Amino acid sequence: MNFFKRFAQNRGALVGLVILGLVVLLALLAPFLYPDSPWRMVQRPFLAPGEVSGFWLGTDVMGRDVAAGLAHGAWVSLLIGLISTVVALAIGVPLGALAGYFGGKIDDALMRFTEFFQTIPNFALAIVLVAIMEPSTFSIVLAIAIVSWPPVARLVRGEFLSIKHREYVEAARLVGQTHRDIIIKQILPNTLSPVIVLASLMVATAILLESSLSFLGLGDPDTMSWGYMIGAARTVMRQAWWLSVIPGVAILLTVLALNLVGEGLDDALNPQLARAR
Amino acid sequence: MAYVSLILGRVGKAVIVLLAILVFNFFLIHAAPGDPAAVMAGEAGATDQQFLDDLRERFGLDQPLPVQLWRYMSGVLQLDFGYSYRQQMPVLDLILDRLPATLLLTGAAFCISLLFGIIAGTLAAMRAKRPSGSIIMGLALLFYATPLYWVAMMAVLVFSVTLDWLPAYGYSTVGADYTGLAHVGDVAVHLMLPALTLGLFFMAVYTRMTRTSMLSVSQQDFVKTARAKGLAPGVIQRRHILRNALLPIITLAGLQAGQMVGGAVLTETVFAWPGIGRLMYEALMQRDYNLLLGIFFFCALLVILFNMLTDVIYRLADPRIKQGAT
Amino acid sequence: MSEPTRESGAPLLRIERLSLALPEGADRLYAVDNVSYDLKAGEILCVVGESGSGKSMTANALMGLLPTGVHVAKGRALFDGQDVLAMDELSHRALRGRRIGMIFQEPMTALNPLMRVGEQIAEVFEAHGLLTPRARRERALALLEEVRLPDPTSALRAYPFELSGGQRQRVMIAMALALEPELLIADEPTTALDVTTQAQILHLVKDLQARRGMAVMFITHDFGVVAEIADRVCVMREGKIVEMGEAREVLDHPRHDYTRALIDAIPADVVAAVGRPADTVAAVGRPAGVVAAVERPGDAIPPPRDGTDSTPLLSVSGLDKVYRSSGGWFQPKREVVALDGIGFSLGKGETLGIVGESGSGKSTLGRCIVGLNRPDSGEIRLDGVDLSALEGRALRAHRRRIQMVFQDPYASLNPRIRVGMAIAQGPIANGVPKAEALAQARTLLATVGLDGGAAERYPHEFSGGQRQRIGIARALALNPELIVADEAVSALDVSIQAQVLKLLDDLKQKLDLSLLFITHDLRVAAQICDRLIVMQKGRIVEHGSAREIFTSPQHPYTRELLEAIPGRREAPATATAGVL
Repeated sequence: MNFFKRFAQNRGALVGLVILGLVVLLALLAPFLYPDSPWRMVQRPFLAPGEVSGFWLGTDVMGRDVAAGLAHGAWVSLLIGLISTVVALAIGVPLGALAGYFGGKIDDALMRFTEFFQTIPNFALAIVLVAIMEPSTFSIVLAIAIVSWPPVARLVRGEFLSIKHREYVEAARLVGQTHRDIIIKQILPNTLSPVIVLASLMVATAILLESSLSFLGLGDPDTMSWGYMIGAARTVMRQAWWLSVIPGVAILLTVLALNLVGEGLDDALNPQLARAR
Repeated sequence: MAYVSLILGRVGKAVIVLLAILVFNFFLIHAAPGDPAAVMAGEAGATDQQFLDDLRERFGLDQPLPVQLWRYMSGVLQLDFGYSYRQQMPVLDLILDRLPATLLLTGAAFCISLLFGIIAGTLAAMRAKRPSGSIIMGLALLFYATPLYWVAMMAVLVFSVTLDWLPAYGYSTVGADYTGLAHVGDVAVHLMLPALTLGLFFMAVYTRMTRTSMLSVSQQDFVKTARAKGLAPGVIQRRHILRNALLPIITLAGLQAGQMVGGAVLTETVFAWPGIGRLMYEALMQRDYNLLLGIFFFCALLVILFNMLTDVIYRLADPRIKQGAT
Repeated sequence: MSEPTRESGAPLLRIERLSLALPEGADRLYAVDNVSYDLKAGEILCVVGESGSGKSMTANALMGLLPTGVHVAKGRALFDGQDVLAMDELSHRALRGRRIGMIFQEPMTALNPLMRVGEQIAEVFEAHGLLTPRARRERALALLEEVRLPDPTSALRAYPFELSGGQRQRVMIAMALALEPELLIADEPTTALDVTTQAQILHLVKDLQARRGMAVMFITHDFGVVAEIADRVCVMREGKIVEMGEAREVLDHPRHDYTRALIDAIPADVVAAVGRPADTVAAVGRPAGVVAAVERPGDAIPPPRDGTDSTPLLSVSGLDKVYRSSGGWFQPKREVVALDGIGFSLGKGETLGIVGESGSGKSTLGRCIVGLNRPDSGEIRLDGVDLSALEGRALRAHRRRIQMVFQDPYASLNPRIRVGMAIAQGPIANGVPKAEALAQARTLLATVGLDGGAAERYPHEFSGGQRQRIGIARALALNPELIVADEAVSALDVSIQAQVLKLLDDLKQKLDLSLLFITHDLRVAAQICDRLIVMQKGRIVEHGSAREIFTSPQHPYTRELLEAIPGRREAPATATAGVL
């Protein structure tokens, strides 16, 4: 059975893929659907959904269009989720690979370093980093990447530790392949499946982290984000529940979809494990 | 003897981590744009020249970096975390004042999530092929994907605003001044929503973990042995599968403790719970970075204590480690 | 619970036209296909077959331990007149552990790691609501004594990780026998054990069976084991019974070709087997005077070693290796001596066998010679050059001269690299242009008996034996002078083993290679080695020509090893008696 068939067998994963596709579509179409800045005040505040035509999700405290915020927020969430995951992989994969492959003192040193970052409460660290670097897309991405790379490093290290003693790696050493070739050609391709699965879940976690930071007022002040929308609606929850419910559902669906896709990938990439479940 | 050296090892490691966090804090201040004193004082502090001078003096900002680092570290090691200009109190006093509330909240959330997570995960594993198992896992996935602060807000919306069952914010009823048991009851009622919403996400984590762990243990040979003995399925689940499946969960719980302290920032913010998480939010709002870094340090300290605790529990649970085998 | 009376002569267990269906998408429809056999009380029946023959499936069905997806398609399994397969869970559970006991292959994983041994035995009584807790403990102790566990009192309080593999298997047996079952099912119980331990466990099973008069269904792949304990044999292949009968009859006069192949693959008489696969190849073109290389049955006296006419290809001296685990900051360090003053030499064109049980250091020795491990001290000279002193590029230049064939055919090939590329990688790393290396790989595949098209395929498309051939081709790609084969056939079914051994031997002759053959299995060593080294706990306890070692072992450990070979006592008496 091939990869796509196995993936398609997981119904949840397909549902996730569809939701994710819709969110991506929304994000891509945002500049066309709502060419104006989502920060612009367009109507009177506190319009309930459907109250005035053209503002089908209503307006917020300042009279901004909630639908426009949602669309632009989708773009921000996905972008930050994706980029911070890529950065985290770029830190975690090489560190884990070197630690696992060379072992000994290099491993000790790198793993102490990783443990240190894993011990620090990661949301608190992200808050401190963003607050002190001043909130911006750059600082948010960096902060999320810094708190999310340790699991990658540990995973890759674990895979390397188990694979480096496989006989095919030893055979490669015996025929004189260089360490670089062995790491890149022999071992790394065999660690990809779990890393891909982890990465899909990391995007989900990154989106949650970004929204939490924005909720606390640590979002990039120039971009509209779902977390910010909920944070801004917190004080008016009694008057306008939809202002916090709508973006919350958006986050929930996106994160849920990514998790479902991640599980589907896991089943498809690690068939022997899937059967054991 | 082995225990003593083991504890010494753990404590030594913890001390190193804490020292490293101090160094990290120090460089963070220096990496930030602008004058470190201005960074520490935040916007408000910039207007108060005397406070800025105070900071410069304290950190020796005219001195070379290593001297500054030394001053900073030795200050903290004498439990001097500086002064919060905005709150007009020493940072340490502020934190110690708020610490009990956070310990209560995270402790309660930790127990709730672990207990119910393990129960739900066990049920889900035992009913892996039945609809009830799928429903548990669906709910777990749902809570796993929901932003913590949003769950908290929705809980307020439903249970406080709409149903008016539970108080929406605070640690106790303002102005009621209950004493004795009445006070305990009052706090417990206030604790209910924050602890449940904070615990929900982690409950989902433990549920998923328990199920995965139990299913993988149930594939192992000794489970076959147990069945060959003619043991009842319930006994096999409890004595053989669950006991072994709990080991990785203990490890995970230790790691998750850190997340929980971080999550408390959000929960305490929504519920106006007077803990260090709420304090952190206030420090953020007021750009009181000196206080922020102090809280950060204490968060890390809490996590390390949690990790050491789970480490001890793990050793009690697994004979292989207790007796020094690998 | 009163036992239903059985009419005398009726079998204790009767399997009737049993078929077990495999899940969809498996390589065949049935794991077990229309199988019938009887097992009488007090009888030992060996169910023999290679991996995938379905030999364990019937037993698993009896115990309700079928893997998910496998189910009973038709047939019955009557235990004492009752169909076990049709029973409800409750009455089936009453049967398990009480009237049918079972032991498994992997003693390392078959016990719960978190429970004391005593608790796990007592649990059997508890499961069937028997005895008081105190009496259970006493019975557990008595059982541990009965299975002859050293120091049973402390074993009772031990956790499984504190026991060795053999000891754990004894605990398993104690557990299975706790309620004096009428039937004991033993599923490859000795396969994971060292040969000397295997002999002890076989002896124990047979002894207990005789004393208690129970029936035993013994599942194995090894005809040596059959010869050792079976009353009757049932040979299975691809889910079907190919032959069944009295053990003696089947062993001496196998009717089916497959049975004959299995029996032949494991020589009951190791002495007669010395050098056997090589006999089929003309022993020509060997350098004269090579140490012991020309020895064959019939050459009574090995030529004297003078070492003046040819320097040995490989000479090892004073090799030491200690594994140290640093226990962290305050924990004590552990030391395991893997090699202790090892010295030997290997001539050109010679096959030297290194034999030992697990923990003997034989694999470490092989790994040090190829350069995967670094010895603590000592010399490894290849044509006079000390390899252990070389580093970096100089070492890499010499590495190609010694290559290795690995044990596990599944782990020795990278699942993501095509077979042709896997073979060509070595030459490419050594500067051969890619196209040329790939062309050469195809030729090599032909050399090891695979067609050139194999180069384009991925490893998972090949069987274990084929993969091992690919592994050999990869080792040959760099034109080595010495090949170290570390348990190269241990993971293969016996019928495949013989083919791979023959291939190795042929190649050795054709390409003028030397071979260092590391194995735990004396029967395998007997078939291919000119000389043997016997290792125990990091030391060489005996070395000599294969024939000398098999016919007149000097060291007590060697004798113990030879004694432990299952089925050996069944060998025709003349071959051994004549020499001893």
